[in-house]
Amino acid sequence: MAVFEKITIAKAINESLRASMEADPKVLVMGEDVGKLGGVFRVTDGLQKDFGEERVIDTPLAESGIVGTAIGMALRGYRPVVEIQFDGFVFPAYDQIVTQLAKMHARALGKVKVPVVIRIPYAGGIGAVEHHSESPEALFAHVAGLKIVSPSNSSDAYWMLQQAIAGDDPVIYFEPKRRYHDKSRLDTESIPDPLHKARIARTGSDLTLAAYGPMVKVCQDVANVAAEEGKSLEVVDLRSLSPIDFDTVQSSVQKTGRLVVVHEAPVFFGAGAEIAARITERCFYHLEAPVLRVGGFHSPYPPSRLEDEYLPGLDRVLDAVDRALAY
Amino acid sequence: MTVEGTAQRKNARGSSKRTTAKKATSAKKASPAKTRNSGGPEAEQNQLVQLLTPEGKRVEHPDYSIDLSADELRGLYRDMVLTRKFDAEATTLQRQGELGLWASLLGQEAAQIGSGRALRDDDYVFPTYREHGVAWCRGVDPTNLLGMFRGVNHGGWDPNSNNFHLYTIVIGSQTLHATGYAMGVQKDGADSAVIAYFGDGASSQGDVAESFTFSAVYNAPVVFFCQNNQWAISEPTEKQTRVPLYQRARGYGFPGVRVDGNDVLACLAVTKAALERARTGQGPMLIEAFTYRMGAHTTSDDPTKYRADEERAAWEAKDPILRLRTYLEAEGLVDEAYLASIDEESEALGKRVRDAVRAMPDPDDMAIFENVYADGHALVDEERAQFAAYQASFADADAVAEGN
Ligand SMILES: Cc1ncc(C[n+]2csc(CCOP(=O)(O)OP(=O)(O)O)c2C)c(N)n1
Repeated sequence: MAVFEKITIAKAINESLRASMEADPKVLVMGEDVGKLGGVFRVTDGLQKDFGEERVIDTPLAESGIVGTAIGMALRGYRPVVEIQFDGFVFPAYDQIVTQLAKMHARALGKVKVPVVIRIPYAGGIGAVEHHSESPEALFAHVAGLKIVSPSNSSDAYWMLQQAIAGDDPVIYFEPKRRYHDKSRLDTESIPDPLHKARIARTGSDLTLAAYGPMVKVCQDVANVAAEEGKSLEVVDLRSLSPIDFDTVQSSVQKTGRLVVVHEAPVFFGAGAEIAARITERCFYHLEAPVLRVGGFHSPYPPSRLEDEYLPGLDRVLDAVDRALAY
Repeated sequence: MTVEGTAQRKNARGSSKRTTAKKATSAKKASPAKTRNSGGPEAEQNQLVQLLTPEGKRVEHPDYSIDLSADELRGLYRDMVLTRKFDAEATTLQRQGELGLWASLLGQEAAQIGSGRALRDDDYVFPTYREHGVAWCRGVDPTNLLGMFRGVNHGGWDPNSNNFHLYTIVIGSQTLHATGYAMGVQKDGADSAVIAYFGDGASSQGDVAESFTFSAVYNAPVVFFCQNNQWAISEPTEKQTRVPLYQRARGYGFPGVRVDGNDVLACLAVTKAALERARTGQGPMLIEAFTYRMGAHTTSDDPTKYRADEERAAWEAKDPILRLRTYLEAEGLVDEAYLASIDEESEALGKRVRDAVRAMPDPDDMAIFENVYADGHALVDEERAQFAAYQASFADADAVAEGN
């Protein structure tokens, strides 16, 4: 197994795009400022220089246009990888994604494929102004026809994007922007897990924490603190939200008897609700406590000076862990 | 959970509160960008409405004339100088960590002050996020503009107190609000006008196209004021359109005009005329103010990545403030003492802004739950109560730890 040096998630995504473009001439990168600037987060840095303006396309400032034309190009046999600049700006494209992209394969009796990948830097914690910190994943996961994934480390970022691009279904690839500059080991040689497979990020026996994207690190930190207090927490990195690998969560919960789901998005009607319901159904006789959820409030994402109160941090997750363990 | 446990933890985890927010953008040095002829072909240049040349010479235009008193002319100068000062101060405050972000208007003072001073009090403004000069003309306290960039609120002023709507971050959305507002004005039988600001990049958005359609179909009293500052972050105008933007209006059935956006007199004259059309039931009009963003897109942006220094240098020669000053001096309308007094005023404004920003308090934690609904909502009430109890548990724990 080749073990490479630690690289950032942003760099891993860049390498992944590069590898995909090298492997398949049909792969295109599209979006606002993705060319010369390399994207506002520099995730596409250098790609236009190496692959040219025909394959790394600076688009007009129009999200509906970006996704709509990507659909058309996919119908023509291309594999567009679209960048939406920030989470809050996906909504002008929401109509195209939900009413067209998600349903086209089914409507055409499976005769057409629309392999469009939509990369969205999402979630908060970077001190930004409004519409730059949101977690809209549940709004997409509710829609049949889309796959939703979110990596939490460099190897997953690298592999999951290539898998998304190579697959024939539309995929929304949520990038945890506050982790862009976190470094972790990139393993380019081991055979990656399937795209939808959850990963045990840490093993433990007293309680399961389930998270994805930016919250995986928070949960690992929580597990470290809890370990000092003599509690053994297992951390499941879901990686995929549509579908969700309930089998992995189930076997973890059957072992620990307790589950806390952590995400940044508002708890109300969120991913945690789906997981709590399914796991309760599957593990009713194993559960020692109700499944608890930690997430955002039913409020607009707050101004950045309040985001630390809004976002689940160590304290709020530990509080939920304590409550679950107290049953 | 035990109370002591929480207190201990809170202390042990001091670092878990407030992790310093780090901008995720890197600031690498750029490869040299190609020089663009950002002035556009000569033919297009000639279509610019201009009343004051870059050299500060007064010229006439057959359709747009203006006759201003000495006081009014000096007023425009003062507005531009103070707006530029405010903007520079905000940029500095961002560098000092007092603001999370700033979108500078440097170079766009004439477009904003010219159009802003054309407005009547009962007109209504729908800005994007860079209209600090227009806000100034509306009498919005400049310190109010800084709250959202500091991260203490998402707006910071009552839109109805100055008929100046909140800044809009999602590109182009506000053009539809302006159109709808104008349709309301029309239904009320009022004779005020509405103005919507947006950029050349925004002109690509579906919302903007739809606002053109609606305003034309309903003959809404709205003026579309597009500041074409040549760039949408790293993308030049050519990446948004292949015809000059002002010409788009014709396809929707209303007039469009391109004005020298660095000429405050022309911006004032053209906007006045457009507002007058709107007021007298002649429908919408598109103004393209041809100007230039002298600085970065925002303080997070690095323009050396995508544009050449020479381009900026060429636009510097068209500076809106300098040209008015040259004119005022040549006409003997200002003297050293006057100019010094404006400098003094601008220093005072800078200090006021600095002091105000540094004194701006962080919002209370509970503000998260404020104003989510106008009529209240049971879920928000429940979450507010839970969060309050959670926060209080730390205070209780601290008290126990201190032996109270
Ligand atoms: C819907 C949407 N997409 C993307 C963005 C990110 N963004 C912010 S400003 C900007 C460029 C805007 O350019 P332009 O409309 O020309 O206005 P300018 O900033 O030049 O005044 C972009 C792409 C956004 N705010 N909203």
